[in-house]
Amino acid sequence: MPIRINGTEADLPADPRVSLLDLLRETLRLPGTKKGCNQGACGACTVLVDGERILSCLALAVQYEGREVTTVEGLTGEGGMHPLQHAFIEHDGLQCGYCTPGQICSALGLFAEVARGAPSFVTADLSTETVDLTSYELRERMSGNLCRCGAHNGIVAAIAETYAAGRAA
Amino acid sequence: MTPFTYARARDTTEAIQLGALERAKYLGGGTNLIDLMRETVERPAALVDVTGLSALVEESGDGGLVVGAAAKNSAVAEHLLVRQRYPMLAKAILAGASAQIRNMATVGGNILQRTRCTYFYDEDGSRCNKRTPGQGCDAIDGINRIHAILGAPVLDASSACVATHPSDMCVALAALDASVHLHGPGGARVVPLADFHTLPGEHPEIETVLQPGELITAIALPRPSVAARSSYRKVRDRASYAFALISVGAVLEVEDGAVKDVRVALGGVAAKPWRAHKAESLLRGGPATEQAFIAAAEAELADAAPLHDNGFKIELAKRTMTAVLSALAGDLVPAGDLA
Repeated sequence: MPIRINGTEADLPADPRVSLLDLLRETLRLPGTKKGCNQGACGACTVLVDGERILSCLALAVQYEGREVTTVEGLTGEGGMHPLQHAFIEHDGLQCGYCTPGQICSALGLFAEVARGAPSFVTADLSTETVDLTSYELRERMSGNLCRCGAHNGIVAAIAETYAAGRAA
Repeated sequence: MTPFTYARARDTTEAIQLGALERAKYLGGGTNLIDLMRETVERPAALVDVTGLSALVEESGDGGLVVGAAAKNSAVAEHLLVRQRYPMLAKAILAGASAQIRNMATVGGNILQRTRCTYFYDEDGSRCNKRTPGQGCDAIDGINRIHAILGAPVLDASSACVATHPSDMCVALAALDASVHLHGPGGARVVPLADFHTLPGEHPEIETVLQPGELITAIALPRPSVAARSSYRKVRDRASYAFALISVGAVLEVEDGAVKDVRVALGGVAAKPWRAHKAESLLRGGPATEQAFIAAAEAELADAAPLHDNGFKIELAKRTMTAVLSALAGDLVPAGDLA
């Protein structure tokens, strides 16, 4: 069974050492997903697997056989860029842009988690089934994505606005 | 990475067959193992992917909960039964790593993540008794702010190890009296989580009681006491996505101002989640007062052996433990006693 990337089937690598990140960037020539630290510390390589955000640098591609992977390249539809991408531009949610694809994929994973009521470390009532995505909540939930340019305020604003507008899907 | 073969196990029996291959390792989410393989600190010849085995969270017959070892950390923290009955466990899991890593990491893998420090990773530049037994340890006289203060006295530089086990989840599991279900070539057995990890002693390369080829299949949580309160507090250098300097998981049951039951585990202090047995036995049956909590914390940390940079952890551990227990006792104790 192959792997699906942005709706298109792709062959799995013969060598199990190939990370999902290297499969995307080097084999499939999808360079939108970025290689930052390559050790799980920065979040630049974040992609969605069946809608869940993961780090593609710590993933062996062969482990994701039969799964559906969405990268930043897969977010652009017939209507153009995803609303969250527009919001990042509007709010200066980037400077160099290297962390941006990971930030965006991570935020889309976050939206799904919040929508189903998944708590975070700062959620006051862990038994709650609804989450209020305050700035505090948002920052905690995005802590796995670093921005060395320091665009975090713009990033938080862009994510908060997109979420509030109900344009997350 | 050095070359390895990869196979996905369909069930426990097949996993254990494959796990008998030479230099085989079981693979969960890979968030620690793949990282260590990339640094060539870990060099397995065969990876057996066990993420397809049981990930169920189910009630057990005795009113407890059984969690399949392949359950993702995020799935356990999100599960309503866990959140309602074991909120400390949900809180501890959510205190660890990042959302992306919790989505990948399994319960079994979290338990089996290596006890480690930066010198363990630095294969080219540092000596490490855990990586290369007998080599020496550059952490002992190095930068050791994050290292252990309990259970790792530096008696012999050729075997000492002062690294800590960084799991938040395991601290909660230790305080909850969880047990680990194992399956191996010799059959199945159950080990208390608090006894699962070993102290470094003369063999820091050995970190658990796992036998060759043995696999963690599940963890079991005993039925929670209705009257008990629990809490997990983590103190770290930044507000999120950082290992604990000190963490405390505690369960406290108070009756008529006295401690009926107490279980405390510390993180960030040792090569394993540190169950505070000394403090517990001092507290059990005695008054649930801040003075008693301070005395218990003092006793627990009495044997702490600080290195050059981490002496602050001793005071921090005492204060955090006292604060957590006092908060749990809260309104159960007359206000005057908490002054």
